[in-house]
Amino acid sequence: MSQVESDVKTLVIDEQEVSAQAGQTILEVALENEIKIPTLCHLEGLSDVGACRLCLVEIKGNSKLLPACVTVVQEGMEVSTNSERLQKHRRTILELLFAERNHICSVCVSNGHCELQTLGQEQGLTHVRLPYRNPELGVDASHERFTVDHNRCILCTRCVRVCAEIEGAHVWDVMGRGINSVVITDLHEEWGKSTCTRCGKCVQVCPTGALFDKSKIGSDHPKYPDFLPYLNLMREAQ
Amino acid sequence: MTIEELEQIAKTARQEREKYDFEVNVCMDLACASQGAGELKDALVKAAEASGKKVCVRRTGCMGPCSHGPLVRVDPEETLYHHVKQADAAAIVGHLGNQPVAPLQCDLHEHFDKQVRVVLENAGYIDPEKIEDYIARDGYKALLTVLMEMTPGGVVHRVTESGLRGRGGGGYPTGLKWSTVAKAKGDLKYVVCNGDEGDPGAFMDRSVMEGDPHRVIEGMAIAAYAVGASKGFIYVRAEYPVAVSRLTTALREARRHGLLGNNISNTPFNFDVEIRLGAGAFVCGEETALIASIEGKRGTPKPRPPYPASSGLWGKPTLINNVETYANIAPIVRNGGKWFFNMGSERSKGTKVFALTGKIANTGLVEVPMGIKLREIIEVIGGGVPEGHKFKAVQTGGPSGGCIPEEMLDIGVSYDALLKMGSIMGSGGMIVMDDTSCMVNVARFFIEFCMTESCGKCIPCRAGTAQMYTLLTRISTGTGTMDDLAMLEELCATVKETSLCGLGQTAPNPVLSTLKYFRNEYLEHILHKRCRAGVCTMEGIGTELANEVTA
Repeated sequence: MSQVESDVKTLVIDEQEVSAQAGQTILEVALENEIKIPTLCHLEGLSDVGACRLCLVEIKGNSKLLPACVTVVQEGMEVSTNSERLQKHRRTILELLFAERNHICSVCVSNGHCELQTLGQEQGLTHVRLPYRNPELGVDASHERFTVDHNRCILCTRCVRVCAEIEGAHVWDVMGRGINSVVITDLHEEWGKSTCTRCGKCVQVCPTGALFDKSKIGSDHPKYPDFLPYLNLMREAQ
Repeated sequence: MTIEELEQIAKTARQEREKYDFEVNVCMDLACASQGAGELKDALVKAAEASGKKVCVRRTGCMGPCSHGPLVRVDPEETLYHHVKQADAAAIVGHLGNQPVAPLQCDLHEHFDKQVRVVLENAGYIDPEKIEDYIARDGYKALLTVLMEMTPGGVVHRVTESGLRGRGGGGYPTGLKWSTVAKAKGDLKYVVCNGDEGDPGAFMDRSVMEGDPHRVIEGMAIAAYAVGASKGFIYVRAEYPVAVSRLTTALREARRHGLLGNNISNTPFNFDVEIRLGAGAFVCGEETALIASIEGKRGTPKPRPPYPASSGLWGKPTLINNVETYANIAPIVRNGGKWFFNMGSERSKGTKVFALTGKIANTGLVEVPMGIKLREIIEVIGGGVPEGHKFKAVQTGGPSGGCIPEEMLDIGVSYDALLKMGSIMGSGGMIVMDDTSCMVNVARFFIEFCMTESCGKCIPCRAGTAQMYTLLTRISTGTGTMDDLAMLEELCATVKETSLCGLGQTAPNPVLSTLKYFRNEYLEHILHKRCRAGVCTMEGIGTELANEVTA
């Protein structure tokens, strides 16, 4: 009985000792222990891509910052999730997002229910120092039920992943590169003419007002992405 | 193919050569070819036929000093002619066996004497499309020796012993990478050659692939044997059509001679290579993006770990090395790890190929031992900055590197020294700049490059480089403020520390290094609306804002 079971790891997150199963990510363990790490591209139920860089954490003995959503826990790890260095980077990243396209909350369908807006408030972002880029991007309202407003899109690719991984349709993808990247349906067809199955999952997982339900314009427009983990669980059980 | 058969081919090739009294080698690499080396070669063949002398006219890969092209070297005397025109063909052939043609002769002794050629040992001596030429210069001997006499572990040990570090830029120890892949569990493993050379001003890998393609294939085959892989991919950018065609020919020839395929040299070792073309994205030189691209997906990087050594192509253990790294393998196996280890500096062994470009007399390819002073490369080998101008900086490592000022030139070239100076070794591009270059403009150029080549997956790189470009444009047009400069420095830190892959993490380097060594130029642009090199056009002059700031 002297051998320690190797599939259980103990580590320290923000000076709090926690235990974890081997293979769990830092983010999962932190959430279990009510330690909040800001995330944007991560969504429970979807694969992680480590793209938004908001969940970066510091690990003792490693000069690089690592994304909590994809970094697997190791025995004896000492993780710091909210240092001054991290807070500063997070605010700059949020500023970059706000300045990248057009995020005027007061005229957005998701005002009050937007993850980007909430993060800005939580991270103490009071103003944006960077010049707004205000690119001229279109709105595709060709779909009978939904609309995509590229001006509000932050390219988190949740819609791409939910459509490919959960719905299995892979209607959404990313076109172009760098600052000119944009999400498209099919091979850049209009959404209304695409092979969309009209399931609406992409709308529910979209963290901002980029994807929205036409029938909800002008009204309170919360989104409900919580169905994903349950859906996955039920599918696995079958 | 056995070693005896290989030696027979080499012997026949050498006998073939002995039939001729003279060899006229014509450099047909892109730089020379674009100046008419093709017509020149035809003229030389005609002149040789007409003269009745026993002359062999051969096309070769890059000879090195591209700015002197088209180049012709006459052996066995090793007379080098430069700027040769079609009309000179008769004179060159006519003078064979007599005094060389004086007006065409080119004296580059200093240029060549300081160099040590390992990777480029065959460049300029073999016809890249003839496998016999390569075999005659000990080609594929290393591979067959390895298969007959060494264990995979022994090969890994020899590479580790050599101290070779990855030539793609990062400088990760090659032996360590090989042993990691060798130890990874899996019956299917892959070997990948990264030929997606995309740095502005870098053309080392292209020259190796075009001038000596078999060397790369041999290196890959040895690597495959060492790590237990049976399948290889060469990822070449589609902008290198000649490299692709030479590699295709080389692969076909190697297969025909039984040097690729099943049961190579009657051993249980199977290995074959496929070519994959890049579609023009710089980021696909990053290994995880390269893997995605080979798999047929959008070329975007993934967070590491897992590293390709444990989960790469289609989730299998994958060894990825750069073209130049593979090109070093055959000589290391032939001459032993110690031989390689004894070249170079303390922690950077062997030689490195650099592509010298910019404001320098001898532009082209050079191969030097590690540890050589930058000053020697630029002033002796490169021939210095052309008359009338003063050296200002040398940019190494492409868009991920930095600008090194004159006062740092006496430091020896090594991975660690360059990193300390705020630059990187990178793949080996070296752009020399003189007093006609504006450092703010240079930084802006490289940030623009990174902005357009960013894949757009992570925010710091996608939006950060775009914002940095905006700020640098403001500064270079005279409308920037000190606040802009502070914001620029803050963005540099965030983009560097938070980006997902190497492209973003190193994108701020050109800005950081120019800010470190040439801060004055930034301040002159901002405070005095002046560009000392005269490159930037100042929009700000005369406007209210400008008057306010300069007042």
